[in-house]
Amino acid sequence: MSVLLFELSLTLYFAATIVSVVELFKGTKTTSNFILVFAIGGFALHTATILARYAAAGHLPITSLHEASSFFAWCIVLIFFFLEYRYRVDLLGPFTMPVVFVLMLSSSILPREIKPLSPVLQSYWLGIHTFLAFLGDAAFATAFGVGIMYLIQEHHLKTKRLGGLFQRLPNLQILDEINYKLITLGFPLLTLAIITGALWAESAWGSYWRWDPKEVWSLITWFIYALVLHARLTAGWRGRKAAMLSIVGFISVIFTFFGVNLLLKGLHAFV
Amino acid sequence: MNILVIGLNHKTADVEVREKLAFDGQKLEEGLTMLSTLPGIEEAIILSTCNRVEIYSHVKEPETAFGTVRDFLSRFHGLDTAALERSLYLHKNQDAVRHVFRVASSLDSMVVGEPQILGQLKDAFEFALGKKTTGILLNRLMKKTISVAKRVRTETRIAENAVSISFAAFELARKIFTDLPEKSFMLLGAGEMAEIAAKHMINFGVKKVIVANRTYERGCDLAKELNGTAVKFEDFLHEAVHTDIIICSTGAPTYVLHKEEMQRVMKERKQKPVFIIDISVPRNIDPGINDLDNVYLYDVDDLQGVVETNILERKKEAEKAENIIAEEIESFQKWMLSLDSVPTVVALRSKAETIKKEELERLLNKFPSLGEKERKAIEHMASSITNKLIHPPTVALREDTEDKDILIATIKKLYGINGDDDKKQ
Repeated sequence: MSVLLFELSLTLYFAATIVSVVELFKGTKTTSNFILVFAIGGFALHTATILARYAAAGHLPITSLHEASSFFAWCIVLIFFFLEYRYRVDLLGPFTMPVVFVLMLSSSILPREIKPLSPVLQSYWLGIHTFLAFLGDAAFATAFGVGIMYLIQEHHLKTKRLGGLFQRLPNLQILDEINYKLITLGFPLLTLAIITGALWAESAWGSYWRWDPKEVWSLITWFIYALVLHARLTAGWRGRKAAMLSIVGFISVIFTFFGVNLLLKGLHAFV
Repeated sequence: MNILVIGLNHKTADVEVREKLAFDGQKLEEGLTMLSTLPGIEEAIILSTCNRVEIYSHVKEPETAFGTVRDFLSRFHGLDTAALERSLYLHKNQDAVRHVFRVASSLDSMVVGEPQILGQLKDAFEFALGKKTTGILLNRLMKKTISVAKRVRTETRIAENAVSISFAAFELARKIFTDLPEKSFMLLGAGEMAEIAAKHMINFGVKKVIVANRTYERGCDLAKELNGTAVKFEDFLHEAVHTDIIICSTGAPTYVLHKEEMQRVMKERKQKPVFIIDISVPRNIDPGINDLDNVYLYDVDDLQGVVETNILERKKEAEKAENIIAEEIESFQKWMLSLDSVPTVVALRSKAETIKKEELERLLNKFPSLGEKERKAIEHMASSITNKLIHPPTVALREDTEDKDILIATIKKLYGINGDDDKKQ
């Protein structure tokens, strides 16, 4: 059942991504509405998938890379809806839905079986720590999309070539503002995730911090976003620099998420 | 049944000719009344704008109607017929429909895509409607025209992209800032160009205006006019720290703002974006400033470039618009053709009805003893025979075929329909 739901929601996200590409090349009111409709449909089925798996496993389904990618994507769509509702800026779909689709696609090719949870991990921290971490990462993922939008629009304005997406991309100020808001949302979430992670590690393994690769990379990510916020407040690093840093930050997020698991071995190896 | 467009526009006539031919104020009512009573003119609309004067009419004989309208124009405006004829164009039927569609969709305008023409056309139509100088054909044409123009507006991006320098500047500002009315802007130099640009910005909602001019008094005058404040020219750098948009036209022979100065300003204003428009020639602002983060500098050539790209963009969209129009002409043509066959269908029906009546009367007179039931049965039979006989030609007439006029003529000949209906054609 949850397999079917998963495939269906993947298909709908795929549709949203295809329409997103169309939107980029010849967008109309209809295409952006279609993206929203497909995203809503995909999200509903996706939620059902997660609930079904929750029921089967007995805990939040984020203990395999398959589940984690899917949950990551779910959080991004959640934030996408929030931004659509709050700002209604054009072309947001084409710069977020492909990320969602890629995450779902990687989720779909990863092993799906539910493995029994090791006793040390059976804790209420599981839900809290991971939810905070994923929501934070999702905020960074959307900040990445918005950052790219900013850089494209800024490039148009600087080079004075006003064809392409110039007319339909939102203004620089709003893009910069959304980018900043998303990072100010993601940063405390990441901070809390690191703190709750430390607390959980203490109760599970008896020490707060063990320099495990995931911990290290989370810290690196944390420093990058701390720099984004700090430079903005003190040196006025807004606009292009902020957008570029949010892209660098997201690369670090992705590496922390996939790279550490696939390339390095550590305590977080399960996710 | 012919639709005729006679007129002139900015391409065929100079402004001197156009203004002489304009139907402004009282002239429109007089002109329209005179025009609609001329022989051979069934319906008429006059469209008169600063770029065109056109007469849309429904006429019986297009060849003679052209002369009639031309003579009317020359008489009404006191112009020489020969001079007039050089500027006039004439479109008949399908071409006339295309012309009206193109005019309303702003494809025939001096600035392609400008939106006013549709409103002007609507006004002209409503005026004629009020004066009862239109009928079934022009009413339908105008309604169709309005819907075509709207379709072009929504399905193409012909009206997007600014095509004047000051509007281009505003559009750029809108792509840099969200809350334009909240932004402050500064005029460097109080020249005429700066004043025009400033008025545009104020029109678009910018409220806080600062004027910095070398002659302080002149600056004060302009500031008063724009509802802003004046500052000493030497202080402009200091003001720039709190200014989001700068329009510069000082007429100075060298740069008045250098990269290093702007760099300091940006640091002081914590890198908040600045949009600078340098409309002075030679340039007054160091072009290197555009390389600074969060500073967007456009000079006259840049703005001109933006305008030219936009014009090209509109031309591309105009092609899409032409396709839409071609489609719509076809559907209007179908309607006109069906209008052509209506009198024939009516004549055919009435002919059949007359024959049926006559024959029934004769028969029933011969057999007066028939009962009610039998009479009904015979009447019923007569009706169904006539109906079935005229059904196929009626269907054929309603169908859309290429040689409709030949079909109409053939059916008339076969069924012997002549007389009044024929004259109406």
